[in-house]
Amino acid sequence: MIFHLTTPLVSVRGLSKRFDGHAVLTELSLDLHRGAITAIVGPNGAGKTTLNKAILGLVRPDAGTILFDGRDTAGRIDHRASIGYMPQLARYPETFTGRDVLSLLSELRGKGLARDETLVQAFALERFLDQPARALSGGQRQRINAAAAFLFSPQLLLLDEPTAGLDPVASGILKRAIRGARNAGCAVVITSHILSELQELADTIVFLHEGRIGWQGAVLDLFNATGASTLEEAIAQLMQHGTLVDRGSASA
Amino acid sequence: MIGEFPMRLAGFPSEVLPPARATPVVRTVLTREWRGLRRNRGVLLFTVCTLLFAESFLRLTGSAERALVAMLNLVLLLVPLVSMMLGIISWHGAREFTELLLTQPVRRSRLFLALYLAQVLPLASGFVVAIGAPLLWHGIPDRSVWPLALSTIGSGVALTFVFGGLALLIGIRVDDRLRSVVAGLMTWLVLSIGYDALVLLVSTTFADYALERPMMVLMLGNPVDLARTIIVMHSDTAALMGYTGAVLHRFLGTTLGSASAALGLLWWMVTPAWLACRAFERRDF
Repeated sequence: MIFHLTTPLVSVRGLSKRFDGHAVLTELSLDLHRGAITAIVGPNGAGKTTLNKAILGLVRPDAGTILFDGRDTAGRIDHRASIGYMPQLARYPETFTGRDVLSLLSELRGKGLARDETLVQAFALERFLDQPARALSGGQRQRINAAAAFLFSPQLLLLDEPTAGLDPVASGILKRAIRGARNAGCAVVITSHILSELQELADTIVFLHEGRIGWQGAVLDLFNATGASTLEEAIAQLMQHGTLVDRGSASA
Repeated sequence: MIGEFPMRLAGFPSEVLPPARATPVVRTVLTREWRGLRRNRGVLLFTVCTLLFAESFLRLTGSAERALVAMLNLVLLLVPLVSMMLGIISWHGAREFTELLLTQPVRRSRLFLALYLAQVLPLASGFVVAIGAPLLWHGIPDRSVWPLALSTIGSGVALTFVFGGLALLIGIRVDDRLRSVVAGLMTWLVLSIGYDALVLLVSTTFADYALERPMMVLMLGNPVDLARTIIVMHSDTAALMGYTGAVLHRFLGTTLGSASAALGLLWWMVTPAWLACRAFERRDF
């Protein structure tokens, strides 16, 4: 069990969202704390992406509130200055270069804002920052994506399948950056289907099932609750057996 | 054990980050798009093709006025088609990037305006250059041709805005790229060709009635018709005006008729873009 002494950075309360009459999130509540890496897992269609997008303001909830640093985010945009987002798909207008993307994001956040270029250097982005997007490989675009997410020292990092398309070296660099951000006090949320990677990085697991939280707690608690030795086994059990939801919740 | 990057402290923003300040979103996005214009193949192709057409017509006819009249269909058909298709394709092509921009501290309405202008301004500028440059390098036309030249260029620019707005409206409302393109093509087809057939059908069916007023109202429902009327009113080729334009010309005269058509076109420039902006603000991404 993880105890958090600080108030959560993000509090989601009673979040519900339907698309075309189909409930994607149902009265979902959870907290995201500073200095913790939370992995959101679940089967396809469980509501992981919708939850991320609701926090980002891309999706408008039908019901519920999202508090960022104690303030309701409804109708506000200022909290987004404290969020770094790495989408799964790294696509840019073909006329843009990587440098255009980073500069545009910088200018939108406010000129003169200090930039943390740790990942720009670590990924050696300078080599291809001036090439138009159409000339870049998927991995190169994904590196630019990652650098953009970390560029403004966010308080909250939302990473959607962050290592997809990255080679092992780049993937290792990104994982180190994620841990570094966590240690610097950032709340990190990762959505990924690579469970070995989540086992390596995550402090907390949130298992979503049909728009509700099926289980949440520390990774070790999940192992104890399921008797599994790897996250892959544990999540597989959560997906297959509804009974584990109760056992997990009790232990969490 | 893999080492970790010494990332900057991010936990307590009020102490670490400078306070967020308003950024000129429209100017910022437009500037970036403008700088990337030389790599925008669609806009460049449209500009070069239009320029070649204009140059060819000028050489073939030997007269600015005749060349401008000959370019009427280019303005009325090609400009809407290119604006519609490029608008829809660009919207769908940049959807993920638009999502990324929406995760930044920017208002949706501002971002929409920036994306809309970034879409239509390069095309409109390309059109102005493509029509204006050949006219100028063939010698500044006689003063009598200026109204026709200006109405041609103005109508082309207006149609770029109209169909750029319609393209965004369709792109935002229709998620599937293919269905979006089909909806765009159908809209273009109806407004460019189908609407005239409807007007003709109404006018022949109700030939025994006084149709002048309904016809003028019908004309307001079609920006292509409005643009055609504005251009042709400034030329001697009244036969090209079409039924509704002729009615407008007969009842309101050149000046008032042009002004009415221009107002109608202005309404068309604003309304689809406004509807698209509302759809953009309410949309889930």
